Amino acid sequence: MKDHVMGAPARAINWNRLQDEKDLEVWNRLTVNFWLPEKVPLSNDVQSWATLRPEERELTIRVFTGLTLLDTIQNTVGAPVLMQDAVTPHEEAVLSNIAFMEAVHARSYSSIFSTLCSTREVDEAFRWSEENQHLQQKARLILNEYEVGTDPLKRKIASVFLESFLFYSGFYLPMHWSSRAKLTNTADLIRLIIRDEAVHGYYIGYKFQRAMEKLDEAKRNEMKDFAFALMFDLYEIEAHYAEELYDGIGLTEEVKAFLHYNANKALQNLGFEALFPPAACEVNPAILSALSTDSENHDFFSGSGSSYVIGKAVATEDEDWDF
Amino acid sequence: MSGLVFYSSGSGNTARFVATLGLPGLRIPIRQDDPMPRPDAPYVMICPTYADGTGAGAVPKQVIRFLNDPARRALIRGVIGAGNRNFGPTFGLAARIIAEKCQVPMLDRFELAGTETDTARIRNGLEQFWGMTCLTP
Ligand SMILES: Cc1cc2nc3c(=O)[nH]c(=O)nc-3n(C[C@H](O)[C@H](O)[C@H](O)COP(=O)(O)O)c2cc1C
Ligand SMILES: [Fe+2]
Ligand SMILES: [Fe+2]
Repeated sequence: MKDHVMGAPARAINWNRLQDEKDLEVWNRLTVNFWLPEKVPLSNDVQSWATLRPEERELTIRVFTGLTLLDTIQNTVGAPVLMQDAVTPHEEAVLSNIAFMEAVHARSYSSIFSTLCSTREVDEAFRWSEENQHLQQKARLILNEYEVGTDPLKRKIASVFLESFLFYSGFYLPMHWSSRAKLTNTADLIRLIIRDEAVHGYYIGYKFQRAMEKLDEAKRNEMKDFAFALMFDLYEIEAHYAEELYDGIGLTEEVKAFLHYNANKALQNLGFEALFPPAACEVNPAILSALSTDSENHDFFSGSGSSYVIGKAVATEDEDWDF
Repeated sequence: MSGLVFYSSGSGNTARFVATLGLPGLRIPIRQDDPMPRPDAPYVMICPTYADGTGAGAVPKQVIRFLNDPARRALIRGVIGAGNRNFGPTFGLAARIIAEKCQVPMLDRFELAGTETDTARIRNGLEQFWGMTCLTP
């Protein structure tokens, strides 16, 4: 909470007086989930990396520099800007955790590079990321919303779209490799990032919903129109970005379905309804299971087999259970 | 056809899902001080997951409090998980835990506020499920 009013006392944060319980809940989850790239044995992917064709390797490095750019923006601009809009001191603290984890994410891609690639290849890809029109365009659209003097709610919309939508054209590729048993350790690291981004998109979307409740209906409609318009603009760029990257290995259509699916989830994080119809969101099941490996599937309604089989031992020992 | 009981936190995804489902449901309150609903017929529970990376804390405390009461627990017949696949191995974990604790089937899972496909599948599934489930406690 930025209280720069003259004469107002400087305030120490008291975690025992919460205005919003969600702040503590998310803080606890984020801190337990803390990780560093050193925890993942990336060097086990060296052999697998060598089995990729040169153009597949180039594509992978480019995709990762694109992701690095988004994490850099969120680390150095996005989260700090949102911190200024925080309505509770605890929200500021959560955002400072988010900012730091973005730095860890950005740093992780360089760990992957130093483990798998040559300096020349990596330098070339960073140059590519600065010159790629679509990547620069999407970064520009987001950065515009982060500028001083823009609306705090619009900044949150842009931020949720970065966290919950823009990353996915990139995340697709390591999930694709993982579904073919390639770069599986790299995929494990990416899954840690994906989990963090899920909490980030959720939390910023949650704060957006709280702020929307304070607006009158006309203003709420204006925000919603803004969100859908920004999503259209970003989607347009993402579609081109996906074509440029994935046409070469024939995956563009699959990637687009994944983009639609994630665009809908980003809108839901803001409390809005989906934009893309189910038929446009049929994600390759191999990608879905690469996202949620081990979350065994024995749902009854979807008819996926052993309906009455109860899951193998799960964490049922929460001390609050009485039975 | 019988009832639904659900929990939804301040982000409201599960509540939005139940609203699109268009079936009546009893909501477990977010705040501890608010009165707990008291279902008088068998129900299916819809519950989101709030786990950390180790899977701990998956089931919201208010849902645990609700199920700790033997009379309320006696009427549960199945559970549907809400969540987000991006949480990987803990996707929909709360529903798996409730299924195991209460010895009822996990019927389905969906993400966030669900898609049109989820809504249709679950509405259908519930109808058939109640058709084949013994409604006497
Ligand atoms: C801190 C945190 C942890 C979460 N952990 C999980 C999880 O382990 N598995 C899962 O499927 N979803 C997880 N979720 C996602 C929520 O279950 C999902 O957003 C759900 O739609 C929330 O429902 P509600 O808005 O009705 O409360 C988590 C969300 C947060 C904020
Ligand atoms: Fe990140
Ligand atoms: Fe993030």
